[in-house]
Amino acid sequence: MIFAFAAVAAFLISSSIGALKISLTDVLRAIFIEKEGLNRSIIWKIRVPRTLVAGAVGICLSLSGGILQGVMRNPLASPNIIGVSSGAGLAATITLVLFPSYDYLLTPAAFVGAFATTIIIYFLSWKDGIKPLRMVLSGIAISSFIGAIINTILIFFPDRVQNTLGFTVGSLAARTWIHFKLLWPYALVGFILTMIMSRKLNILMLGDEIAGSLGLNIERTRMILIICASLLAASAVSVVGMLGFVGLIVPHITRIIIGSDYRYLFPASALLGASIMMICDTIARTIVEPIELPVGIIMAAVGAPFFLYLLRGGFKKHVKNK
Amino acid sequence: MLKINNLTMGYEGIRILDNISFEVEKNKITTLIGPNGCGKSTILKALSRAKKPESGEILLESEDIYKVNEKTIAKIMSILPQSPKVPDDFSARDLVGYGRYPYMNWMGRLTKKDYDIIDWAIKETKIESLQHRQVSTMSGGERQRAWIAMALAQQPQLLLLDEPTTYLDICHQFEVLELVERLNKEMDITVVMVLHDLNQAARYSDKIIVVKDEKIYKEGKPEEIINKKLLEEVFDIRVKIFKDEDNDCPYFLPIKNKERNIYKNKRPFEKCS
Repeated sequence: MIFAFAAVAAFLISSSIGALKISLTDVLRAIFIEKEGLNRSIIWKIRVPRTLVAGAVGICLSLSGGILQGVMRNPLASPNIIGVSSGAGLAATITLVLFPSYDYLLTPAAFVGAFATTIIIYFLSWKDGIKPLRMVLSGIAISSFIGAIINTILIFFPDRVQNTLGFTVGSLAARTWIHFKLLWPYALVGFILTMIMSRKLNILMLGDEIAGSLGLNIERTRMILIICASLLAASAVSVVGMLGFVGLIVPHITRIIIGSDYRYLFPASALLGASIMMICDTIARTIVEPIELPVGIIMAAVGAPFFLYLLRGGFKKHVKNK
Repeated sequence: MLKINNLTMGYEGIRILDNISFEVEKNKITTLIGPNGCGKSTILKALSRAKKPESGEILLESEDIYKVNEKTIAKIMSILPQSPKVPDDFSARDLVGYGRYPYMNWMGRLTKKDYDIIDWAIKETKIESLQHRQVSTMSGGERQRAWIAMALAQQPQLLLLDEPTTYLDICHQFEVLELVERLNKEMDITVVMVLHDLNQAARYSDKIIVVKDEKIYKEGKPEEIINKKLLEEVFDIRVKIFKDEDNDCPYFLPIKNKERNIYKNKRPFEKCS
């Protein structure tokens, strides 16, 4: 409940604050009542879609991170680790270099790149079934390998890849209804699939042997979850770029508040992820007006210290309270 | 109940089990013993489908466990590995609830019947007063009882336990073994377990299977197994055998062996335990 409230509040705040401040009541009027006027066009054409994109991206990345941390049984797992982000980055860079004038190719290309990388990593770490640690390690190796390729491309074609900065840190600049329409079906399908799988992921947390004893098809469950996570992450990455940290920290924060039962953890972290993304984007738009920072920078700047705080003290305090 | 035919298994090219076959009788307690690295835990891994055999078949009520639906097997057979993991904040009751997983539909709702069985499993393992505690905060003996309660909630006919007494002090070791014995006698649950303590194996088992050097060395009743010759050949210990009149089973005390060569049985790969 609290999480849902936070998400709505974050949505309104994000719509209200910007280069032109618009009061909350005006925001509500603009969304529900007015059909034209300045406020209406700012709110409806620019801020609402952008905020919705931020929220959807937050949902996708948080769910993806939560799934991966569970499946890999590794608290450091996140979409960046399984190579989704780097795969998308490579595909996007190549697209920018080869077809600089075709902006609309960027998203599908990133999607394909992300998905292909996940499949490659999945098969590289396949040997007698998937072992979570092997997958994390292959992911890291593939990610750095792809990172090297991206950087090489950047050195050879410095003039063609100005847009890539936004892509490599993650940016929400000029995201509109088109992007939201592209994103929401994946977010919705991913969310439903994740919720259906949540009980199975709980059982997977008890270890392969217990899960097997309880009659769970371990390999199939793991594969569905990984595909689900990479779809979610790939759709987010294809719209906003290689945004880090959301997928890593949101599941952790939620776990501290809600506990590790995935049936509750998933919906809560979806809402929290959406809220955090919307707030961070609001900060990114407004903190050094009129210049707009990519949201990825704010995410990392706010996320990293907060995460360190949780690691140092927050976890312990939480355990004592219980 | 359970039939293992020509099972061959290995890790990364190293043979662990070579063409072994044995049978588990219904309503009996069968115990696997053997030196470290002999493959007894690997047998349980194959039975729990955690590790696929290279060749051979495992028949549960004459059906191949790798061909039958997983949930169907989970309703008949439950497996407790050696040190199972659990997320920090799961309560014992949550855990026992997961034992009902094989009976759930895809919606995953627990019915009145499920709750009754969860209560029953909690009562049988005497963890009523602990059921809302987090499993991670429990002592070793309590935790083992919580896991057994989860296995009971599966309503199995066959229970597989991998060294259920490891890391427990002597009082809790007997507590767990007596619980297992009661499940066998009162609820007719067939039990297969791996034990390290041979005297405990002799006291609680109907049948003992000795595994050594990738093969089944011998199988039989405790009094056929616990003898000087076998213990010296398999475990490299010299012993004195006594008869436990109270429990009607043999027991032994090791005696000092000056000639023992500790390197003789050392094997370069993964430990059994």
